[in-house]
Formats: sequence, C-alpha cells, structure tokens
Amino acid sequence: MSATRKKLVGILALQGDFEAHEKALKTAGADTLQVRTAQQLDRVDALIIPGGESTTMLKLLGYMNLLEPLRSFAATKPVFGTCAGAILLANKVESPNQESLGIIDMTIERNAYGRQIDSRVAEVDYEGRPFEAVFIRAPIIRKTGPGVRVLAEYQGTPVLIEQGKHLASTFHPELTGDSRVHSLFLSKI
Amino acid sequence: MIVNDEQFRLKVGLAEMLKGGVIMDVINAEQAVIAEKAGASAVMALERVPSDIRKEGGVARMSPVRIIREIMGAVTIPVMAKARIGHFTEARILESLGVDYIDESEVLTPADDEHHIAKRDFTVPFVCGARNLGEALRRIAEGATMIRTKGEAGSGNIVEAVRHIRTIIREMRHLTILGKEELVHEAKVLGAPLDLVEWVAEHGRLPVPNFSAGGIATPADAALVMQLGAEAVFVGSGIFKSSDPEARAKAIVKAATYYKDPAMLLEASEELGMAMPGLDISKLPAEELMQTRGW
Repeated sequence: MSATRKKLVGILALQGDFEAHEKALKTAGADTLQVRTAQQLDRVDALIIPGGESTTMLKLLGYMNLLEPLRSFAATKPVFGTCAGAILLANKVESPNQESLGIIDMTIERNAYGRQIDSRVAEVDYEGRPFEAVFIRAPIIRKTGPGVRVLAEYQGTPVLIEQGKHLASTFHPELTGDSRVHSLFLSKI
Repeated sequence: MIVNDEQFRLKVGLAEMLKGGVIMDVINAEQAVIAEKAGASAVMALERVPSDIRKEGGVARMSPVRIIREIMGAVTIPVMAKARIGHFTEARILESLGVDYIDESEVLTPADDEHHIAKRDFTVPFVCGARNLGEALRRIAEGATMIRTKGEAGSGNIVEAVRHIRTIIREMRHLTILGKEELVHEAKVLGAPLDLVEWVAEHGRLPVPNFSAGGIATPADAALVMQLGAEAVFVGSGIFKSSDPEARAKAIVKAATYYKDPAMLLEASEELGMAMPGLDISKLPAEELMQTRGW
C-alpha cells in the first residue's frame, strides 16, 4: 500500500454545473469533494471552479468570506476555472468590471459572444487533435500576461490557457465525453 | 426522441449552468438589478407576478417588449421571459428579442387548449412546467430542455410544489424497477413516448435538468424542494411581494446552495420579516388553479 493518500480534488459547489465536473473528474480517475466552506477547502489538493453565473458565485463567496481563503489556496495549490470559473480567476474582468480572485494574469470579457442564441459548439485544436468545445454565453480572453501559455484558440483568441499550475477555459470540457483537459489538470497536482 | 445534437446540448448546457441557483420573477429593470445584486442566477421577465395575476384576473400575456428589453439591458445574468402555452408567435418574438430562455408557462392565460409549442424548431431554449412524469416527458418530447415542477404559482404555499416534485421522483423511481415489457404499458399510462420512458427507466432521472417552482416564499421552502430533488428553484411572487425583497432574495440564494446545512439555513432565515401572504389551495375554486393548465 502506498504511504501517500490519494489526492482529493475539490469542486466549488456554490452554484453551477459542479456535478458535471464531478462526473468528469471521476471518469479521469480522481476522488472528489464538493466545496462550500473554508473547512472543506482545507481538505482538498486542487480545486475546480465550475461554470454557472459568476455574479452569483461572487455573491456567495462574499457572503461566506471565501475570497481570501481561495486566494491563499491558489498560492500553493492548482485551480482550474471553466467559463464563470475562468472569469473568477482573472485579474481583470470587463463588461462589466467586477471583482475577481486575480489568480491568472488575464483580462476577460463577459458574455462576449452575445446571448444564449449565440452559444455554440466548435472544434478547437488541442494537442494536435480536435477537442469539442461547448461555449455557453461564454467570455473571451482579451489579454494574457507573460506567464500565461495558450493551449487552445478559437477565432484567434485563447480559449484554454495555463499559468503554472493553474488552468482556465472559456468553454466547458465537463460537458463533453473528452476527459483530456481534466487529465491535464490532474497531472498538475 | 432524445436527439443529442448540438442544439440540444447547448440548450441543456445553459440549464446546467443554472443549477443550484435561484431564478427570480421581475417586472421591471429596477427589480432585475435587485435580483442580480442578491445573487440570482437568472431573472424571469413578466408583466405581473402570479399573485397579482390571480388577484386582478383578465388575460395574462407575454410582457411588453420594451420592459423585457430594459431588463436585458440592466443585468448581465440570463434573462428569461414567459410566453403563453401554445403561443408560438409570442415565442418567436421573444426569440428575435434574444431572451436566453422562454418559459412556456401556465401562469399566463393559455393560447391553445390542446397543443403546446413545437419547441424543437426554435434556437432559443424552453422551460416548461409539469405536475407529473407524463407531463414532463411530453414537454421534453416537444423540445423543452428544462422542466420545472409547477406548484401553484402566486399562492405562497409550498404544498403543491412538494406534491409535484415528489410525484415526479416517485414515478421515475418506479420505472427503474420495471421490466422492459412493462415499460410499453407504462408509456401508455403516462401518455409519454416510449423511448423517453425507457431512457428514464435506465437512468432514474429526467434527460434534462429538473427545477422547482410555484409557492416558494422562504429560504426553508427553497431548501425543502432542493432536498426533495429539485436542482434549482424559481421564485415568483415570493420575493417582491414580501416585506423585505432584498434580504429575502439574498437569503433564498444562500438556502439554494446550503440546502443541506441547517445552521446555514437558520442564519439565512434569521433576520427576515414577513413572507408574502399565502393561500389555502384546498379552498381555491378549481377554475382558479394555474397548475391544471397544460396538456
């Protein structure tokens, strides 16, 4: 038996499609925990911030005084944000300006493709193979800092990026059967 | 009947994003801003909240376009709007306007007393009400990509919402223990397409998200239906007909997230004033019930 315990991946479960991430993580072979409190955050080795409404999550993070604990968590442990999660991770949010965690050096614009009727499924190139990217009222990453590496693009803007141990996508890998992005995140723990 | 194509996935996808949240009825931009500030995950634009429709009577229709447009301009969260049952041109107008979800709703006066909208033909997604599994599956067959249990809108009384969510969950559970040959009979009894009945029998859940509506007035009400299996809640008259809309909206948002945590529910309920006045549904005449609209 291994002396090290199996890594536990948290999913911020305040609002949004956290269950879809839970399923994707289990498919990728991880143990998971839904995180709603600072105590639960202390137990996990990495955290996913799911899709949903960034304003709703921001309110709940505020109500629960979770913003600072999340920032300190990210100083040592990997965080992956999808769509609303990516918005929360950015250091600058536009349209409108809103508070964020400032974990990844990027400027992100909310609802940048338009409304739900402008939501789309597109094929993006990831590791030389197509990845089906589901964009739902998605943001667009307008600017990235020097520490950010772009892993996939769509229409000339980054849609999957990494900065050290952190990951962000403007699409929803949790809504497709392809677990490559989740596996990449697990490899960062 | 489940066409797992791009459109279906995008429509269900937005419903997935709304899980664990609170969708609040608003009648103008000012209320929409209050809802967004409190943490609503979406707003539902309508002309009058259900309790006023009930009081004032008359024909309840789609909201004036101007008001919906103002609401869309005032908030960044998804904006839904209601169309009358079967009124596919109201729905086309809402689609052209760019609302994010259409609620083909029994709260408005039905435009067709036999048919619902053929919802697959639209790019905009639809949510529909249901009281039982047969109704839910018929709506999904027509193209609804989100179901909400109807409850009794504008009543401030949770009893019907509880009955409907329990009924749907019980009927789904029942399907999972039946043999294949029994499912054909069950489809006949439910009045639902066999392939959807088979899908539910195999998965034990609806193929689209299942939310709850109709009578939620307190954080405890929201937590109750979430514990019974609802994946998000719609609050209609419950917020803006209470004595304390802002505080109540916040408290219900907290309750939808911490629905399993009694200490958090206590905290959320702590400083609230009076909830909206409620109605005893057993004393309502049958023709005043909204939940029986829909076929």
